Amino acid sequence: MAQHTASASLYGLLAEFDDPGSLVAAAHQAYEHGYRTMDAYSPFPIEELHEALGASHTRLPLVVLIGGLVGGLGGYALQYWAAAVTYPLNIGGKPLNSWPAFIPITFECTILVAALSAVLGMLALNGLPQPFHPVFNVPRFALASRNRFFLCIESCDPQFHLEDTRRFLETLNPLEVTTVAAD
Amino acid sequence: MAAAPALGGESGRRSGMESTVPASPVIAPGHTFATVTDKISAIVLTRKTPLGWWAGFAIVFSLAGLLLLSLSYLVLKGIGIWGNNIPVGWAFDITNLVWWIGIGHAGTLISAILLLLRQTWRTSINRFAEAMTLFAVACAGIFPLFHTGRPWLAYWLFPYPNTMGVWPQFRSPLMWDVFAISTYATVSFVFWFIGLIPDLATLRDRSQSRAARIIYGVLAMGWRGSAQHWHRYETAYLLLAGLATPLVVSVHTVISFDFSIGIVPGWHTTIFPPYFVAGAIYSGFAMVLSLAIPIRAVYGLEDFITMHHLQNMAKVMLVTGLIVAYGYGTEAFIAWYSADKFEMFVAVNRSTGPYWWTYWLLILCNVLAPQVLWLKRARTSVMLLFVLSLIVNVGMWLERFVIIVTSLHRDFLPSSWGMFSPTFWDWSTFIGTIGLFLTLLFLFLRFLPMISIFEMRAILPGAKVDEDLETA
Repeated sequence: MAQHTASASLYGLLAEFDDPGSLVAAAHQAYEHGYRTMDAYSPFPIEELHEALGASHTRLPLVVLIGGLVGGLGGYALQYWAAAVTYPLNIGGKPLNSWPAFIPITFECTILVAALSAVLGMLALNGLPQPFHPVFNVPRFALASRNRFFLCIESCDPQFHLEDTRRFLETLNPLEVTTVAAD
Repeated sequence: MAAAPALGGESGRRSGMESTVPASPVIAPGHTFATVTDKISAIVLTRKTPLGWWAGFAIVFSLAGLLLLSLSYLVLKGIGIWGNNIPVGWAFDITNLVWWIGIGHAGTLISAILLLLRQTWRTSINRFAEAMTLFAVACAGIFPLFHTGRPWLAYWLFPYPNTMGVWPQFRSPLMWDVFAISTYATVSFVFWFIGLIPDLATLRDRSQSRAARIIYGVLAMGWRGSAQHWHRYETAYLLLAGLATPLVVSVHTVISFDFSIGIVPGWHTTIFPPYFVAGAIYSGFAMVLSLAIPIRAVYGLEDFITMHHLQNMAKVMLVTGLIVAYGYGTEAFIAWYSADKFEMFVAVNRSTGPYWWTYWLLILCNVLAPQVLWLKRARTSVMLLFVLSLIVNVGMWLERFVIIVTSLHRDFLPSSWGMFSPTFWDWSTFIGTIGLFLTLLFLFLRFLPMISIFEMRAILPGAKVDEDLETA
């Protein structure tokens, strides 16, 4: 029980690094060491980092594909319904379903819905907007958006042990290891 | 120089422009993650607002006031205050619409197409080029909106169920325009905003004042640079670039359809879509140069916007200028080859008719003047590039004026011929939109990072992850 309350107020342990290479190496080692519930923070995207953490690929492209299809089919359906079903007009003798004239708007609708799916899908999958996150409790974390690189092993990881995990993180040559309060 | 791992997703070496032009790097040597961050964010957060900013802002803001005045008067009196009348029903308004939209296209080209082509030099100019796109599209939108005469009913252009039981005419290029421009404005905005999120987080973390922290914090939406987030972010950014690329080509194509679908001599031609797209990029790069050159001088950003950038933009201008020149040639050739006497008349009338001087001025600005860019000495002269970019901007405005007005003022029937001359309000509205554009740009420079900080970090040599560390 006592252990439970301790981990409830503790979010995890945060190790700070000076350069992207050390962070990627640290993430590799933590993964090899068996840690799974962890995240890394960097001031710019590092492709290797995502793989080092053993994370899966995002489903965002599928979201965008579906968005594009919905936009394209919806755009055409709208024009067909308006021009051929509910408000049919003879324009220059063209057939009511004058599909070549409907292509530009179909295309624009495809792009519009696909682009909005990419943006909103990315934000939703990332859980943003999220006004508060425990890592912001660490004052030095403000440097994560400037020139420092962080690895956080979270306390809900089954292997997490305050002392052992701290000792493990110290072996990775971090600048500093700090505890992250959960609230 | 590494390819942007941030965006391309590939961090290996490549033989791009950097390797062929080693003398002028994309970023001046000696910069680190910290110095890049501090230098760019200081412009917004800590540096004293330069006196020049206040002086410039006062001027452009009064010009924006002129726009407000002109549009208010237009709403009160109607569009009769403009000089366009039958047969020249389109004049300054549509010229300005096409000119502004075209200027916007360079922003999307730099941010999307150059990203897909892995041109890392785009990094220091893409942010403000994208902002330029947004502001140019906003100015462009004003013209068709107010040209409707009753802008408060402009929502009639959109398909929505209404009590009148009518629907927009989707077979009309003018409807295609509504969809193309509104989609372009929306996608440009989200692309720009998504690009800003990590930099807004930087400003949030670095600002000293509580108000700035709250505002940037709300806009950053809690961005914390998590590896998982970056992964999805890059995917989204790349997909948006892939979507914006065909979009930007489609927008000016649709704009050209406004003309080429009609049967007016001088408009009804298949060269229009590619020639309009090339012209858009041409004028857009000219505008990026017109803005980048003073900005880098005023804010001391020569480290980030180097001669390498200016030279590359000059080359893009030269190439697109040649495509545009080819377009002029094709127009004249097809007019003759069509054996259509109306088409032939338009071609001759453009260069010898009442508006002959606009045509020859356009040839001077768009075709002859840029040929100096063949010389390396011209491409490396900042002052010359600045003057030339202004000349091209004028030339591209004249191009649209020539296409629109000279085609309309001499129609099929001599009995319906007429002349167009601009009124005070034509000029004041046009100059007013320049004021609005620059006002928005000044505010952007003051309150948001004009260079993408996180992408600059990612192209620094230190951003590369060494192979030996990876295997550790």
